[in-house]
Amino acid sequence: MAYDPHPHHPDITFEMWTRIDEIIRIYRPKAGSIISVLRECQDVVGYLPVELMDYIGQGLNVPRSDVYGVASFYALFSMEPKGRHTVRVCMGTACYVKGIKEVMRRIGREFNIEEGGTSEDRRFSLEAVRCLGACGLAPVMVVDHDTYGDVKSDGVIKILNNYE
Amino acid sequence: MAKLSTIEDLRGLKAQILESAAAANVTQLLICGGTGCHATGSISVLEVLEEEIEKQGLSDKCKVIETGCNGFCAMGPILVVHPDDIFYQKIKPEDVPELVKSQLIENKPYEKLLHKDPVSKKKITHQSEIPFFAHQMPRVLRNKGLIDPESIDDAIARDGYHGAAKALLEMTPQDIIEQMKISGLRGRGGAGFPTGVKWEFASKSPSDVKYVLCNADEGDPGAFMDRSILEADPHAVLEGMVIAARAINAHKGYVYARTEYPLAIKRLQLAIDHAREYGLMGENILGSGFSFDVEIYQGAGAFVCGEETALMRSIEGKRGMPRPRPPFPAVKGLWEKPTILNNVESFANVGQIILNGGEWYASVGTEKSKGTKVFAISGDVNNIGLVEVPMGSPLRQMIYDVGGGIPKKKKFKAVQLGGPSGGCIPEAYLDTPVDYEEIAKVGAIMGSGGVIVMDEDTCMVDMARFFMDFIQEESCGKCTPCREGTRRFLEILDKITGGKGEPSDIEALETLASTIQDTALCGLGQTAANPVLSTLRYFKEEYDAHVYEKRCPAKRCVALLKFEIDPDKCTSCGLCFKGCPVDAITWKKKEPAVIDKEKCIECLTCFEKCKFGAID
Repeated sequence: MAYDPHPHHPDITFEMWTRIDEIIRIYRPKAGSIISVLRECQDVVGYLPVELMDYIGQGLNVPRSDVYGVASFYALFSMEPKGRHTVRVCMGTACYVKGIKEVMRRIGREFNIEEGGTSEDRRFSLEAVRCLGACGLAPVMVVDHDTYGDVKSDGVIKILNNYE
Repeated sequence: MAKLSTIEDLRGLKAQILESAAAANVTQLLICGGTGCHATGSISVLEVLEEEIEKQGLSDKCKVIETGCNGFCAMGPILVVHPDDIFYQKIKPEDVPELVKSQLIENKPYEKLLHKDPVSKKKITHQSEIPFFAHQMPRVLRNKGLIDPESIDDAIARDGYHGAAKALLEMTPQDIIEQMKISGLRGRGGAGFPTGVKWEFASKSPSDVKYVLCNADEGDPGAFMDRSILEADPHAVLEGMVIAARAINAHKGYVYARTEYPLAIKRLQLAIDHAREYGLMGENILGSGFSFDVEIYQGAGAFVCGEETALMRSIEGKRGMPRPRPPFPAVKGLWEKPTILNNVESFANVGQIILNGGEWYASVGTEKSKGTKVFAISGDVNNIGLVEVPMGSPLRQMIYDVGGGIPKKKKFKAVQLGGPSGGCIPEAYLDTPVDYEEIAKVGAIMGSGGVIVMDEDTCMVDMARFFMDFIQEESCGKCTPCREGTRRFLEILDKITGGKGEPSDIEALETLASTIQDTALCGLGQTAANPVLSTLRYFKEEYDAHVYEKRCPAKRCVALLKFEIDPDKCTSCGLCFKGCPVDAITWKKKEPAVIDKEKCIECLTCFEKCKFGAID
């Protein structure tokens, strides 16, 4: 069997590693590219396991502490696996004034998820996000790529039940 | 497309575009393609509209154009018929055949989808007559809803890049800076620093490499001006950057954009590509010998990166943490080179200022705040959307005349200006003119332009807690006053809204506030106390009710609610019963409703449904 230079990780397939190598190769000559590399690698794998961050550090020739420092600083990056559906609840001021707090609590209670966490069956990840700028629709919830406006705590569960 | 290599090429192209548009003589169907309208289904309306026009054989007579944000976000999806100026709102795909028949075949407005004014209750046909639009003065937003943001020709037809051409070919860098200073334009990101002065500093910094940065990291919750500008008229922003680059002699620029704005990023990238193709960006722009190019840099979700030094660190690929100033970025900025950073809206103003002169720009506004300002009005107000008014317009006009007042006959309580660094302004100060200095006097800040209206159902202590939660989470942790101070703030506010407040807590909030203001490193920490201070200043009685009476007057703080129905006030209407998602309310006709606390999940739906304030 050919020597595989990639670390072993159950969530990262051989194809994914190939794409990751390509991303690192493109960004390697550019200064200050950690954020871009992390973003694209997270798009490939879905999150950033420690093994992947170490690999990126080696590839870009920067200390792994730098990679971890950047990944832990920005809200976009997650080091935990995500659920099948990502529920992003807008925590902007307009949404807050119009009752998003109650919506958030309702979802958390119904599916037993903490804010920022994933349900045990990995069905939903619940994220409180910063203002999505769609204040005209407040309160707003985005499930995967579908935006829902005027979401209320009584109707929200019905919407989510459409996502298995 | 061959590159434009002289100013005559650009003017010739504009004339040619206008000529062919006049010759075609088609009715334009301008459908709003902003983020808000996309979410309410404008894309499927657009598809059905195109099909229907094809089906009816009207393709030669009209053209469907997807524009950027129209601004009247609450009414989406929106269609404006040009040149007749007819405004249709809340269009559903199934409405399209009737609409096409009435408007395009029978030539009469389709009554059902016209706008109904929330104040006069009358239907209004023309966009320019709708109060929401009538009180505005579009300068930055002059192209919104009128052009296809993905077409550079549309922008050029409306004088796009003509300001840049003038700056590059007919003016010296000193002339540009002089005009900017005359215009009185101040930083629209919120701090209000005079743009011309900033450019002058950078132009005097000796260096062979300089940078022009555009701050599109619009992080204030409730602010969507910059997103809408980028979605509606990206070329205006690029033009401003080209002019700024010429003024300080920079050849490289970045737009630092929020990753949460995919549509804005897509359109901006397209605009950059088109501008390069036309020779309006890149090497030797319009034959001037001057070169400048722009790249988009996507943020990764950190509010503090809106602070200039943090933003520069982030572009360098590091943790976006601010550093002390001086040295100011005009001396040492990105990669330690002289750098200017301006906000999207500031840049979008520049082309017009250069083309029409600084004095034209300064002809409206107040003594110290010139020109116009774009605001995003949202919250408990009828006409949610984007508005541009002259500086100095009173808040009351913005909320009642443009905004159409408060829905559901509720009472106004406060308006929040300036995001997490801003403050809440009560009814008594609604006649304050919107001006950097005047707004600061009443305890808020102009900020980037988010205006959030709150009605009587909003708990001001809870709002203070909301902003503190935001700041505490976004504090980068570099300086102790902000990292620890905001956390203590949040703990105290949690205690008060959780029903465990003590009289000493209010005093502690005040002490903490002055310490953070004096000692935090950057603007985020220095202003962190503002939401608390302004609510304490105007709504002290709400804090007192929470602390001394363990009562939340607005009935929003769950820990202070009993979830009991007052049988004397209950009219047995059954609305709470119908609204309850978990069947925790028992109700029979002619009998007061009762809440079963075992089943109740405290979602507050019943509080919202009850029109008689019978639930406590």
